[in-house]
Amino acid sequence: MMTLGELAYWELTSLRVAGGLAAVLLVAGTLVYIHLFKLVSFMQSRLGPMEAGPYGSLQLLAEVGKFLQKEDIFPRKADRFVFAAAPFVVLMSTFLLVVVVPGGPDAWFVDNDLGIYLAMAVSSVSVIGVLMAGWGSANKYSLMGGLRATGQLIAYELPLMLAVVGVVIEAGTMNMQGIVLAQANGSIFGWSGLGNPFLLTQFVGFFVFMIAMQAELTQSPFDMPIAESELVTGYMTEYSGMRFLMFFIGEFATAGVFSAVAAVLFLGGWYVPGLDATSNVFNVIGPLVMLGKVVFLSFLVFWFRFTFPRFREDQLQRLAWKFLIPIALVNIVATGILKVAF
Amino acid sequence: MSEFLRSYLTVAIFGLVGLALVGAFLGLGRILRPDHPTPQKLESYESGVDPTGDTWSQANIRYYIFALLFVIFDVEAVFIFPWAIRLDAYGAFGLIEMGIFIFILLLGLIYAWRKGVLRWA
Repeated sequence: MMTLGELAYWELTSLRVAGGLAAVLLVAGTLVYIHLFKLVSFMQSRLGPMEAGPYGSLQLLAEVGKFLQKEDIFPRKADRFVFAAAPFVVLMSTFLLVVVVPGGPDAWFVDNDLGIYLAMAVSSVSVIGVLMAGWGSANKYSLMGGLRATGQLIAYELPLMLAVVGVVIEAGTMNMQGIVLAQANGSIFGWSGLGNPFLLTQFVGFFVFMIAMQAELTQSPFDMPIAESELVTGYMTEYSGMRFLMFFIGEFATAGVFSAVAAVLFLGGWYVPGLDATSNVFNVIGPLVMLGKVVFLSFLVFWFRFTFPRFREDQLQRLAWKFLIPIALVNIVATGILKVAF
Repeated sequence: MSEFLRSYLTVAIFGLVGLALVGAFLGLGRILRPDHPTPQKLESYESGVDPTGDTWSQANIRYYIFALLFVIFDVEAVFIFPWAIRLDAYGAFGLIEMGIFIFILLLGLIYAWRKGVLRWA
């Protein structure tokens, strides 16, 4: 029986790349089917896709097949290189983000002590892709969409980062595995029945993080960059066929990966209470536990998305700067005081 | 190579896999898709009417001050994260130090607020 430790680096990395592809693409497909095809349909009293495969479960494959056959149109005025490169940058940022997400005690892509800090850093790469798409298209709708996206993402990155600080204070580490173990082995005022899921002790952080995440994913009510009634589809207006589908996949893949990061930070990641956190069992059920938590958290995201109308641009900035950032700063101080006092 | 550097190599490999995936999808599409460009098709889309003027003109992006504030607060995160990890070791001393730091930051935010720059101009 070989163990992971005996594999060469390239062998381990191949396994991890396969796992990473599954973690990005399969999860994105699952979220599209569950949330976009079915959840929204049920909320609107309709069935959604039913023809392709059982209960329409193969609809997404049919869509990919359709998009593969669509003509690839480069607008005449577009900056061809920037226009073509934008979807690459957007999807690359998703893959850079997924590396920090652990699926079990030994099932990780990167076990890096910078962990969540690295995730925060690479997650902002996607905004460059969005701005490239907006600028490169040479279309007024696209440019406005790209600029709106940039303004929104820089406003909500701060509450996102500051909300994480509370978790880091409690866990005492930025390592994602360390954060999971801190929740598994923790206790709330001496009671360790559930461990210490930071959802309970960092609920302010969770609240701020989920709102900021909604904005970072540009989902309604924060979808001004693609506001279809004002800007057609914003920065994606000029994209057709596969290139458009890449943005679409990127949107849902990023929703999945961000939910996974939130699951690690606040719901205990691959850990479920009642089992030993070092148990080998978690290498098998851990990814499934993560999937369950990701589906739950992304359900919240899409529930909000399908429920609330869009903000105005000034309301959006006001919410970030005058509400979320002060709350997040107070949360840091409060968490620090509690940590030192107890 | 040390484990530390190795982990960044893995990060870089994942980035390349992301690029390769997009390349593979687009390459597959190139085999299957038609290519019939016409002058009308390549025109910029402006809701069906002929596009007017040039897109790349000067525009007021309206969040210059927000971007400046963002840079200030983002740099502050660099100081807060290392402190957050080692809070156990610093104890009350570190807490008061960081309390002063965050208080000054909050003062800055309140100043910007009172000056009215947080209003969407």
